[in-house]
Amino acid sequence: MYDFPDSRGHFGPFGGRYVAETLMPALFDLEKAYLEISADPAFHAEFDSYLHQYVGRPSPLYFARRLTDHLGGAKIYLKREDLNHTGAHKVNNTVGQALLARRMGKRKVIAETGAGQHGVATATVAALFDMECEVFMGTEDIRRQSLNVFRMKLLGAKVHGVTSGTATLKDAMNDALRHWVTHVRDTFYVIGTVAGPHPYPMMVRDFQAVIGRETRQQILAAEGRLPDFAVACVGGGSNAMGLFYPFIEDASVRLVGVEAAGLGVDSGKHAASIGAGSVGVLHGNKTYLLQNSEGQIEHAHSISAGLDYPGIGPEHAHLADIGRAEYVSITDEEALQAFQLLTRLEGIIPALESSHAIAQVVKAAPALSSDKVIVVCLSGRGDKDIHTVAEAMGVEL
Amino acid sequence: MGRIEATFSRLRQRGEKALIPFITAGDPDLATTERLIHVLVEAGADLIELGIPFSDPSADGPTIQAASERALSSGTTLAGVLGCVSRVRKHTNVPIVLMGYYNPVLQFGPERFARDAAAAGVDGLLLVDLPPEESGEILGFLQDVGIAQITLLAPTTPPERQAHLAARAEGYVYYVSMTGVTGAQQVDAAAIRDQVLSLQREASVPVAVGFGISTAADAGAVAAFADAVVVGSALVKVIAAYSGTTELEAQVAEFAAALKEGVRSQSGVAACRV
Repeated sequence: MYDFPDSRGHFGPFGGRYVAETLMPALFDLEKAYLEISADPAFHAEFDSYLHQYVGRPSPLYFARRLTDHLGGAKIYLKREDLNHTGAHKVNNTVGQALLARRMGKRKVIAETGAGQHGVATATVAALFDMECEVFMGTEDIRRQSLNVFRMKLLGAKVHGVTSGTATLKDAMNDALRHWVTHVRDTFYVIGTVAGPHPYPMMVRDFQAVIGRETRQQILAAEGRLPDFAVACVGGGSNAMGLFYPFIEDASVRLVGVEAAGLGVDSGKHAASIGAGSVGVLHGNKTYLLQNSEGQIEHAHSISAGLDYPGIGPEHAHLADIGRAEYVSITDEEALQAFQLLTRLEGIIPALESSHAIAQVVKAAPALSSDKVIVVCLSGRGDKDIHTVAEAMGVEL
Repeated sequence: MGRIEATFSRLRQRGEKALIPFITAGDPDLATTERLIHVLVEAGADLIELGIPFSDPSADGPTIQAASERALSSGTTLAGVLGCVSRVRKHTNVPIVLMGYYNPVLQFGPERFARDAAAAGVDGLLLVDLPPEESGEILGFLQDVGIAQITLLAPTTPPERQAHLAARAEGYVYYVSMTGVTGAQQVDAAAIRDQVLSLQREASVPVAVGFGISTAADAGAVAAFADAVVVGSALVKVIAAYSGTTELEAQVAEFAAALKEGVRSQSGVAACRV
């Protein structure tokens, strides 16, 4: 039986709690509170009720007929997380963490964000639950995702521009940790992905596992069987972990995580931590990282701000090591093509993050027979990326 | 007796408290660091904390982040830092504690690090993001070569955990005076006094206090009860301000001497215990 993490937050050799002493007690408190609510039916009822009435779940599992026909191979289903309130899977987790924060009596929340989706999802629940919200975002991402920045401000959040390092997600997380260590007594840190110190990777996975549970029921209803492949993009890896987790013990379901290859894994400008990284410690956990031989963290690159991170959640590192999931990578160019293809064929504009997963399906589906079934997580919608895509296509808006 | 223990023992006999300056190795380059260590010792430093630069110092404020960036820009590596320590070690017995984040040490290799650091003359290691719960893969190697793993305790540490960690501490305990990053605010000596006193009762080693100590007056106020005071960001600011000028060494010496004077002003008030 798959039973991870262990009681110390380790997924095999990965995960753990690599943080300053000041934060350790907060992590112990958080773990205790989380274990309490996860055993509490009243919490689950409340969480489910918000997911249903506020987020709009269950999200559809949509059979992409035209994409399937176009590729001429396996049947392709899209798990429509883009239809969630706020436009991505991120809100599943922020609703869960905000409910937990409320139970713990914390009225201040902070978050890091890359593409801005997690920042928006956190600002949203902060508005809903009347909490103070501060979001840390790299200035490079603020430039790329100005729409989301304004959304967060409208929702009442304070957005801190982070200029250190590469001014992207990694640096936003550093500054969020710095803020948290300073205000740890009254502030709840809403981490947006399955990374960070224990219990975050476990907790975020559990909140996102609604994606996989629904997918499982929906594909059984549609096809009368489990899928052959479950495919999702991986930055930190929360939508992928949410999709994969309920299928982990189903050996027949191949789990495929898609990392960002940026300009190509050989170019040095990419974000493929499993594909081209090595084991190290960053942001509270041990996992695969992009780093030099000295242990200094290297700059990630992806056209997608949400995948532009030099690490990956520790459970993905573990699943890769034990061979339960496979990890591939997709370039900026391939993702842009998939973005346009899905838009034209299905009338669905995917987020650039999700476009990486679609691109992998575009690559793999034609070689598969028509009795094979692929489910792919369409983790978010692409409205936020319109400017980036226009720029990449040489179109001036 | 190791150099850390011998230093505290000597100070205790004299009824003095320890001044522990922190500087980032390689800021702005290792040759300067080497000279500055000697300058600090001359000016009265009792123990040196030497920062290993890291690209993502998430427990540090802007001052030490910038020092880390300068050190990395000048090509500072962990092997280079150890080389610097071994050169310094030929001329001084001052205890040297390396301080930093786990990843550079992990990539160097815990076993190789312990061996090379001991050979270079390193006395202790303080890894900010390696709590005792995760230190299993390096602790044995450090113990084999007699390098003390310095324990951090914080104002958020609960009493049972504090008692447990203090009892097994090596070298000295580093008490973080406030919740926050390095260099953020001024220490409130009166507010931490009781916590430090209780820690001293529990710990079998001296208690150093760091974070928020930036002036001779702060140093004196904390030295009134703590066994040692650590000054980091304030000193790193002096280095940043005079780096590349002929005044650097004189300014660092003057600042360190003033801090030492602040610490000494407390001599006899409450002699270093343990």
